[in-house]
Amino acid sequence: MQHSMKYLVDPLVKSNPVTVHILGICSALAVTTSLSTALTMSAALTVVLMLSSASISAIRNHIPTSIRLIVQITIIASLVIVMDMFLRAFAFEMSKRLSIFVGLIVTNCLVLGRAEAFARQNPVWPSLLDALGNGLGYSAILLIVGAIRELFGAGALLGYQVFPLIENGGWFQPLHLMLLAPSAFFILGFLVWVIRVWRPEQNEEPEFNLLSSREKGRS
Amino acid sequence: MSDLNPFKWWQRLLARPNDDLLKTLVVAFLVAFTASIFVSLAAVYLRPFHVANLEQERQARMAAMIATLPGMEDILSSSGVDAMEVHLVDLSTGAFATHLDAGTYDQRAAAGDPETNVEIPSDADVAGIKQRAPYAPVFILRKDDDVHLIVLPVRGVGYQSMIYAYLALNADGNTIAGLTVYEQGETPGIGARVLEPAWQALWPGKQVADESGAVQITVVRGEATSPFEVDGISGATRTGNGVSNMLHFWLGDFGFGPFLERLREGEI
Repeated sequence: MQHSMKYLVDPLVKSNPVTVHILGICSALAVTTSLSTALTMSAALTVVLMLSSASISAIRNHIPTSIRLIVQITIIASLVIVMDMFLRAFAFEMSKRLSIFVGLIVTNCLVLGRAEAFARQNPVWPSLLDALGNGLGYSAILLIVGAIRELFGAGALLGYQVFPLIENGGWFQPLHLMLLAPSAFFILGFLVWVIRVWRPEQNEEPEFNLLSSREKGRS
Repeated sequence: MSDLNPFKWWQRLLARPNDDLLKTLVVAFLVAFTASIFVSLAAVYLRPFHVANLEQERQARMAAMIATLPGMEDILSSSGVDAMEVHLVDLSTGAFATHLDAGTYDQRAAAGDPETNVEIPSDADVAGIKQRAPYAPVFILRKDDDVHLIVLPVRGVGYQSMIYAYLALNADGNTIAGLTVYEQGETPGIGARVLEPAWQALWPGKQVADESGAVQITVVRGEATSPFEVDGISGATRTGNGVSNMLHFWLGDFGFGPFLERLREGEI
């Protein structure tokens, strides 16, 4: 039990798919302008990730090596299509705001990454836990970014006005930069920095060592 | 092939190595088949929800469009109307064209496209618009299930531009409830005064046609002296003529005439 909980807990911070592996950045930029879209996207991705990991893991011993990726993508794509149809049927407004990004879960490196790296070689139960852990890790980052962007970009959280806006007689001047894609990069970079200060073991070895100026002069 | 027991066959297949050609083909087929069944089932079962959502969306857009029409809000709020419908009218017969979606039909595009538009004979073309779309939207506002108001989109050439307006008629199809010009390029300060609420306020209560059915409504020079006349704007005689011609065309046989005929006979 201790061992299997590792699959669930590790991806939350220690090997978080977004801040450590830098996967799934595209949707993390696009859907985090408000907390509610980030929440829906996180839920959709976690469900798709769990179902795809479980089904790929269930047939892992019989996936022909030559068409491995196509089989995985077929399974992921059909799950995503169904998820998209579900959202359009029961959360129509939300699916309009998420527009193409639910469909783009197919190409989210996170889903295929977990299928390829984990579900293909592990039994169903660990795969499911690993998928849930990764989904929650992705969700955690998306929710943090979404909360910061909505709070400072619109003074609200989940549509509820937290800071009274100047235009309505309050004191808060919204930072419109927060609603633009670059701000998500800034916040993600900031999060990566904070996590690596807290957990220095995540720092990567530099690929190139900069020469000091004295050495440069000699060379 | 002596043993045709499907379970044994299946077990033998699964026991084949993963790079075996037959196994590759069978697994590929089964994965694709299962996935397609799954997607198709979801599509079939969720379709009613999608259709309902889209219909709701279309009505919301229509309501938003109506609310932005200048003056329309006043008409809606002052008349106490409780239901509004949009229909496409086949202008040549006056009947509703139910095979097209009134929410998405683009009257201007259809009028400009030689494939779809209808050439207007030059002797009938008093408004100077040359071609018109075969269909036009009409907005019908009902109160307690009875027609209360009908709103017709009209356009015509004024002094130097195309004037676009909505003409609202009472249920008798003859008494004007309002005229709102929403797009024009007339001379600022002169012809462009057709936009002024004070001038548009002259229209309610005027009569379109006399007892014989001939369209009489006219913008006159100076002061109006009969229910068929509306005060002209000083210096904007040709704009006023343009508005008169526009109404004569659209209320006549090549415009909404057949439709208004049906309205008066109580067919709508």
